[in-house]
This record gives sequence, C-alpha cells and structure tokens, in this order.
Amino acid sequence: MNTDGNPIWALVATFGLMSLFAVGGANAAIPEMHRIAVDVHHWLTDKQFADVFAISQLSPGPNVLIVTLIGYAVAGLTGAFAATIAMCLPTAVLAYVVSGLLKGSTGARWPSLIRTSLVPLSIGLMGASALVVGQAADGTWAAVVLTLAAAALAFATKVNPLWILLAGGCLGLVGLV
Amino acid sequence: MSLDSPPAASSGSDIPQVAIEASPPGLIALFFAFAKMSLAGFGGVLPFARRAIVEQHRWMSADEFNETFALCHFLPGPNIVNLSFVFGSRFRGLKGGLAAFLGLVGPPMVLVMGLAALYAHFGDIPVLRRVLAGISCAAVGLLVATVFRMMMPLLKRRELPPLVLMVAVFAAIGLARWPLQIVLLAAIPISLAVTFLMQKRAAS
Repeated sequence: MNTDGNPIWALVATFGLMSLFAVGGANAAIPEMHRIAVDVHHWLTDKQFADVFAISQLSPGPNVLIVTLIGYAVAGLTGAFAATIAMCLPTAVLAYVVSGLLKGSTGARWPSLIRTSLVPLSIGLMGASALVVGQAADGTWAAVVLTLAAAALAFATKVNPLWILLAGGCLGLVGLV
Repeated sequence: MSLDSPPAASSGSDIPQVAIEASPPGLIALFFAFAKMSLAGFGGVLPFARRAIVEQHRWMSADEFNETFALCHFLPGPNIVNLSFVFGSRFRGLKGGLAAFLGLVGPPMVLVMGLAALYAHFGDIPVLRRVLAGISCAAVGLLVATVFRMMMPLLKRRELPPLVLMVAVFAAIGLARWPLQIVLLAAIPISLAVTFLMQKRAAS
C-alpha cells in the first residue's frame, strides 16, 4: 500500500476509516491517531502529538479538531481541511441516515442494548487515550504531578476546564514542568 | 398543558404560532446558532449545545435532546458533530443538516487552522514549548478525570463483565498499541453478547 505519493489521500483514507471506528467520540480515537500519525506515517513526533492535543483541548469547538492540526502538519491548509472533513462528514451523514430509519421506533430494544454494550469499550478507549498522550507529555516527575493534580481538581470540583488548562500553561511558563 | 391549536387558528397554516412551538429555524439561523455554541464550547460543546437548543431557542424538549444525543453517541464519529447534522435535518432536511454541520465545524476549524500555522512557525520557541508542555499535562489530567467520571456508574453497579471488557480494551489499545479496528471488531460482538445475556438474566 503506497499512500506516500499523495498525502491528501492518505489523510482522507486514514481519517475517513478511523471515524467509522471512533466509538465514544473523538477522544476515544486518540490512541489510533497517535499510532498512525507518529508510529506508522511519522507525520509528527511524540512531542508534537502532545502539543497538538494540548492546542485542540485549548481551542473552542469539538475536540475532534485535533485532526485539523494533524492534517495541517502533513499538508498545510489543504491537509487540514481534508482531514477534518474526512473525520466529520461521513459519520454525520451516517447518523442522519440512521436517525431517518429509526424514526417512529423510539424505545426499541436494540439501540439501548448497543449503547449499554459500547459504554465500557469507550471508557477503556479514553483511558488508553490518557495513557498514550500522558506518555508523550509527562516526561518528568513534575509533569506527572501536574497531570494528577489537574485530574483531581477536575474530578472533585466544577472548575471550568479552561482555567485548569491555563493554569497548566502558566506553571509551564515559569518552568515548573 | 395542551399545545393543540385553538379551532379558530386551525384553518390557516401561516398564522404564527405562539411561544414554545416557534417557527422552525431557517438555514442561516441554524448555521449561526451552531457556530455560536461551537465557538463558546471550550472543553466540549455538549453543555453549550444543550443550553442553546433546549433552554435558549426551545427548538427541542430536554427529552428529545437526550434521545437525539443518545442516538449520536452510540453511532461512531464525533458525537456532537453527528448531533448537529441530525438536528439540522430534523427541521430543514439535508440542507439543514449541512447548515448546522458547517456552523459547528467551519468557524472553529478556521480558527484551529490559524493556530496550526502559528504552531508551525513558532512551535520551537522555548517559551512556547514550556507553555505547551504545561497545557498538555493539564489536558491529560482533564482526560483522566473524564474517564473516572464515566467509570463511576459502572463501578457502582458492581458487574464484573463490563469492567473486564473495559480493562481489556484499555490494555489492548493503550499498552499493546494494537490497531483500533482489530480490537473493536473483536470487542464489540463480545460486549454485545455479554450485555444481551446479562439483560436476559436480569429480566428472568
């Protein structure tokens, strides 16, 4: 399989396919993005991946826009656009089709069965996401402590996540991590 | 509370209806409503979408919203993006879906493209490196918190099979770094079967 010839097609094929397996949303697909972007295609380094994850979490809009950043790193604006549309549009159209098919059959048993069975899988995937990005981001013990403190704060309080991110940025600026 | 039209008004369909059953949003209204909630959505758009759709515009009841979101959550892909398309299409068909989709994805995508360009030029400057390092540590922490929040109901129910599946998926993807497709093609049928058996046993 030679997808190196045209990076745009590699992006479209990669993210189009990935979106169909993104059970539990964009953050559940992070390990797969890391595997493909860092390990398989070498589009980004480990550190750059941690960076684009940070930027995407800091930006407004759906978290899926991390693919915009990956796409930009591969092929500039065209790559950013292609990656975003490939990741977002096919499943949105699929949801549109399925919602049309399901119309009038609310309370059917199988959607609830599917939903219940997908919950543990998507939690496992998001846990893996945290591990994969954590390994890229947390190079020092101070960084690990900062991560755990942010996790505890976000879990125990209702502080706006944006403040936690900005606080992390300030601590980084003064050289604590 | 009855929402039936009074008999006098039922003859003409172009008579504006009152209050909660406001006229369905047009394409431009859909685009801008979703652009607005998307650009307000730091750390996740869902709470902003719920507030705008249910409380502010009253385009859906809370139950309708939950049902629509549940559908978009069990389908693959970015949930909130799926929701925008499904929601828009409820009112204005395929075009409405596209309008809401473009509103949700377009403006923040342009913004992120700008950030990507800045990062490509200045990403190696030491000051920025330190800031980004701090932010990414915090961002991982937020993700960890989300995982534990989602895990709580599962832990409370004290059912072993879903927990085993959760840990297995975590290990296969996070530790062994197997491809997502392969792991899910095995895990989804197993989880479906297990859930089906558990529900059957609970019912009997």
